[in-house]
Amino acid sequence: MARISPLAEAIKSAVRDGDTVALEGFTHLIPHAAGHEIIRQGRKGLTLIRMTPDLIYDQLIGMGCVSKLVFSWGGNPGVGSLHRLRDAIENGWPHKLELEEHSHAAMANAYEAGAAGLPCAIFRGYIGGDLPKVNSKIKRVTCPFTGEELAAIPAHRPDVAVIHAQRADKAGNVMIEGVLGVQKEAVLASKRSVVTVEEIVDELPERSLNAVVLPYWTVGHVVEVPGGAFPSYAQGYYPRNNNFYKEWDAISRERDSFLSWMKENVLAKGPEVFARYGRKHRVAAE
Amino acid sequence: MADFKPNEMMTIAAARALKNDDVCFVGIGQPSAACNLARLTHAPNITLIYESGTLATKPNILPLSIGDGELCETAITTVSVPEMFRYWLQGGRIKVGFLGGAQIDKYANLNTTVVGPYDKPKVRLPGGGGAPEIATSCGEIFIIMAQGKRSFVDKLDFVTSIGHVSGGDSRAKLGVKTKGPTKLITDLALFEPDPNTKEMTVVSIHSGVTREQIQENSGWPVKFAVKVAETPPPTQRELDVLRELHARTNRAHAEAA
Repeated sequence: MARISPLAEAIKSAVRDGDTVALEGFTHLIPHAAGHEIIRQGRKGLTLIRMTPDLIYDQLIGMGCVSKLVFSWGGNPGVGSLHRLRDAIENGWPHKLELEEHSHAAMANAYEAGAAGLPCAIFRGYIGGDLPKVNSKIKRVTCPFTGEELAAIPAHRPDVAVIHAQRADKAGNVMIEGVLGVQKEAVLASKRSVVTVEEIVDELPERSLNAVVLPYWTVGHVVEVPGGAFPSYAQGYYPRNNNFYKEWDAISRERDSFLSWMKENVLAKGPEVFARYGRKHRVAAE
Repeated sequence: MADFKPNEMMTIAAARALKNDDVCFVGIGQPSAACNLARLTHAPNITLIYESGTLATKPNILPLSIGDGELCETAITTVSVPEMFRYWLQGGRIKVGFLGGAQIDKYANLNTTVVGPYDKPKVRLPGGGGAPEIATSCGEIFIIMAQGKRSFVDKLDFVTSIGHVSGGDSRAKLGVKTKGPTKLITDLALFEPDPNTKEMTVVSIHSGVTREQIQENSGWPVKFAVKVAETPPPTQRELDVLRELHARTNRAHAEAA
């Protein structure tokens, strides 16, 4: 049941040490502000799930919040490596990181199976490569009707899903537009959820009859954080800040520069700093 | 002849391989440049699909990430990521998939996972992303990769996505019905699989490149087809359109800052 809350309260109540957490977003609508709040509250021992761990996961890993990562592509899109992720895997800094590695198709299917209340996902994949050799969760099943061998992996059932969306109404109905990723599936697959939004409006605006809406009784905390996806973007509000993604490469390359950036820009700040990146109201597509 | 860089030749050779009625699964970087160059030159109706869910997108600038707003705004529709992988990719609706990697072997198997052992990697790479299923679900695969001894290797450290496995009928024996890599486009040459052994074989050498250069930049003894063509150099139009696309992209990324 949706509850409109301040960010610190929402994270405190929904995300606990040792939880399995999916902060999702496929390039678009990545919940950066919520991720920063998890770091500020010093959560430990998290298992993070994400198809495309990028900057916010790099930050959570570098700040020592994470003990295990379930993922399919971990990089800075169009730029290169995630240096904190690499440092954790290659050198165990700040501590060892366990990996459970999948393909995108597997991850998307696992979220969908979780949302559908199934124990596992079945799909045609993982044929011939080495991933099944390093991930014991990848199994094969035989179709009882055709005899075709298919891949099976456990459904994703996170403790908490954390997503960002464009807007919610006062009841907590959440509307998402643009590149949708797996956010709807992640929320429906999870026990609890935190949804940050660009704005909370009296009523959702005029929309397509098939608009993607998570009804208020399927979400947990709803938090207004304008600009909360920055440097990712919110379609209709602000564009992706590609330059920040490029700058992150230098900031995150060394442990010292990373830590001082985090101290100055995350630990010493609150979610209100995101407001300068957002826009008050939706604007037409540029 | 126009002056061009090997990298430009690679993108242009890849663009030429695409047809107007192709339906393509596009990756970021070189594949995205090649696919949009094709769309802006000889293949205006080509369908470009990015794994973020954007169907039939016509970006004016090249996206930095797979899910930039530009892709969504210019698409005919945008579907969720599970739908993309289930209905569109697994459903067999994509004709050509583009892949690249950190390492490739002579059967066009690819590694984008690790350099060194998986548990103690020398270099941890981003991982497979969509590649493992793109490699087996698309009708055929085009690979774009610049050549070098570190990337064109005799043995992969990790097989992230399969090409022709160990050659011959080994791919089909795994139950895969799609063709796999039919073209490998590099900065030096165009390779295609030998019809029997499936080893990637040079069928066309880019203008100004020698056989020795191709060998020097490969970690296995490279096979050349009986008849090897010379890749026609880029036309002025191809170069103009590609350079303008890159310039437009750089301007837009700088303005957004």
